Amino acid sequence: MEQASLPSQDNSRLIRRLLLLVAGAFVFAFALVPLYDVLCRATGFNGKTATGFATGGLPAQVASPAQPRAAVDRSRLVRVEFTGTVMPGLPWDMRPLQFSVELHPGEMQQVSYLVRNLSDKPVTGQAVPSVSPGQAAQHFEKIECFCFEQQTLAPGEAREMPLAFIVKPEIGADIAQITLSYAFFSLDGQRQTLTRNREEK
Amino acid sequence: MTAIAHPSGHQEEHYPGGLLRWLTTTNHKDIGTMYMTFALIMFFVGGLMILAVRAELFQPGLQLMKPEFFNQLIGVHALVMIFAALMPAATGFANWMIPLMIGAPDMALPRLNNWGFWLLPPAAILLTLPFMLALFGIGDGAIATGWTFYAPLSVQGGMGIDFAILAVHILGISSIMGSINIIVTIFNMRAPGMTMMKLPLFAWGWLITAFLLIATLPVLAGAVTMLLTDRHFGTHFFNAAGGGDPILFQHLFWFFGHPEVYILLLPVWGLMPHVISAFSRKPTYGYTAQVYSFIAIGLLSVVVWAHHFFTAGMPVPALIYFMFSTMSISIPLAVLFFCWIATMWRGAMTFETPMLFAVGFIVLFGIAGLTGLVLADVAADAQYHHSYFVVAHFHYALFAGGIMGVMTGVYYWLPKWTGHMYSEKLGKLHFWLTVVAFNLTFIPQFFLGLAGMPRRIPDYALQFAEFNAISTVGAFILGLSQLLFAWNIWACVRGGPKAEARAWEGADGLEWELPSPPPHHSWETPPVIR
Repeated sequence: MEQASLPSQDNSRLIRRLLLLVAGAFVFAFALVPLYDVLCRATGFNGKTATGFATGGLPAQVASPAQPRAAVDRSRLVRVEFTGTVMPGLPWDMRPLQFSVELHPGEMQQVSYLVRNLSDKPVTGQAVPSVSPGQAAQHFEKIECFCFEQQTLAPGEAREMPLAFIVKPEIGADIAQITLSYAFFSLDGQRQTLTRNREEK
Repeated sequence: MTAIAHPSGHQEEHYPGGLLRWLTTTNHKDIGTMYMTFALIMFFVGGLMILAVRAELFQPGLQLMKPEFFNQLIGVHALVMIFAALMPAATGFANWMIPLMIGAPDMALPRLNNWGFWLLPPAAILLTLPFMLALFGIGDGAIATGWTFYAPLSVQGGMGIDFAILAVHILGISSIMGSINIIVTIFNMRAPGMTMMKLPLFAWGWLITAFLLIATLPVLAGAVTMLLTDRHFGTHFFNAAGGGDPILFQHLFWFFGHPEVYILLLPVWGLMPHVISAFSRKPTYGYTAQVYSFIAIGLLSVVVWAHHFFTAGMPVPALIYFMFSTMSISIPLAVLFFCWIATMWRGAMTFETPMLFAVGFIVLFGIAGLTGLVLADVAADAQYHHSYFVVAHFHYALFAGGIMGVMTGVYYWLPKWTGHMYSEKLGKLHFWLTVVAFNLTFIPQFFLGLAGMPRRIPDYALQFAEFNAISTVGAFILGLSQLLFAWNIWACVRGGPKAEARAWEGADGLEWELPSPPPHHSWETPPVIR
């Protein structure tokens, strides 16, 4: 019987280790959520700009904005294009007032989007920006943006939403064109619409 | 199967009769048989689904079904084939053969083994139940996102997605329990004298699979759990409006999804050398090289996942990294191919059904590998992504590589399991019908993909009509010829010429030293390994 007890001890030790591996892998999946976010911000993967959004707070480095630290690079021009999408569930209409601007890296620019509430109810939305190409994202600094906080529009209200930004001079020489895209999401609409749809069925 | 229904005499035990026996059995052979039977049934269920899809695609336009139902069929087809047919078949092989091949009396954790199997039927029911419920007007049918659950579509879909999420949870738990059992068995229950480098290659292949399952399935479980909380509990893991990120889902999913391909294939690669060596009457060439190739493929498989969504937008350095790491998998894979071919080289080869399937596997799986290299190329992938080229590629990998590999093993070991020889004539007919029909189905899909036909659409432009019609005809021949397979197995279980202990002249390995069928309890005294 001593023969039989030995492997069973071995077994339970091995099983414990393997279960630990399982638990570790499960936790790893959740750890990837913040890790991925950090990676995207650090590298501009996925068009995520270096500045914070959605939290509503202004990013720390923008505390003393106005004048960029580096000099304006007059030797070249970068073209920035603006686009925007209203996601399903948000009864709004949005368009940039200028479709593109040409600017020197380092120079601050201000543009606006015209956003209009088409419904007869007040609606709150949140814009989420994305910059492509991804390599440009980390050199694209928004100084002021309607995407920093939630926006509420009264029934039928149209509002010009401003945006001030700098394309930093460190931006790669091969990048001549940048697209800034906004997706406007409904904050009070979406989840409720989903739940309501399901309840109706 | 009858082998188990008549435990050979010397040791009488009390079994509960009938259904209760199968519910409570802890015998590795019984459980292996249940896994294989379940896999065969689900193979036909998944096959019927895709035949309905192919029937719809026979002509352009919508003839038979609504697009919503079409979407449900393709997604559930994939989930059923992967999780309920191929994986249980591989686990069935492991249960039956690993103890016999390493000289162990049973699996290390027999009760866990029983539980692992009996989780499968409820999961299969959860997966397919929404179809039935929709017939009675409850809910809007099964998961309609495709098997990949991509957010945000899966955050918005109906209750079929919840069913699929819970089914994946249960299937995952079952697979993890199976894997733990297999690792413990291989590490702790080898016959004395069987060192790791004397382990049969089949056991090596499964060992790597088991580790991959343990490392990656929990990540999928985590991802679908996040999906579930996003859907019902107001979290925002994948919801961009709340600061989440839908692309993150693709990373999480494919971190599991790519190793999954090797999880499905490694057991098959493990059994291939046994078959090839038996019918070439030569020892396996390059045992050590094959072991290290298995390990290398296992390691590489967890670092290449993002090649599944090159077009989702990634910085160029990341694209280049994922391209080259993906392509580098072809090196250990080529080592395996050359070892298999070198085993055949100047062998006294005969072509019984298992060998036919093995050779067919090598040729067709080679096509999967080559087309995979095309897709791994970032520049080419931009063109082929989400086209029928991809569909054809992964069916060469998973049907020709996975299912035909499983059939190789079934024909090879069926005499051992049942004690009878199957009908060689029917087996060969099954092989030729399968190979011809398979190519008839999927070669046209390569052309369709190159011409730009996207996957997952119920209707298509007129210029794709001819190739789709050919593909559908091929699919129906392929599906119908699998009935021969089921019939051949059934006939072999019921009777047939008596199989000898060493059913194949050139077969080597511990399992052939036991009588066919093996007694209910085998290797109670461990064999001596020279």
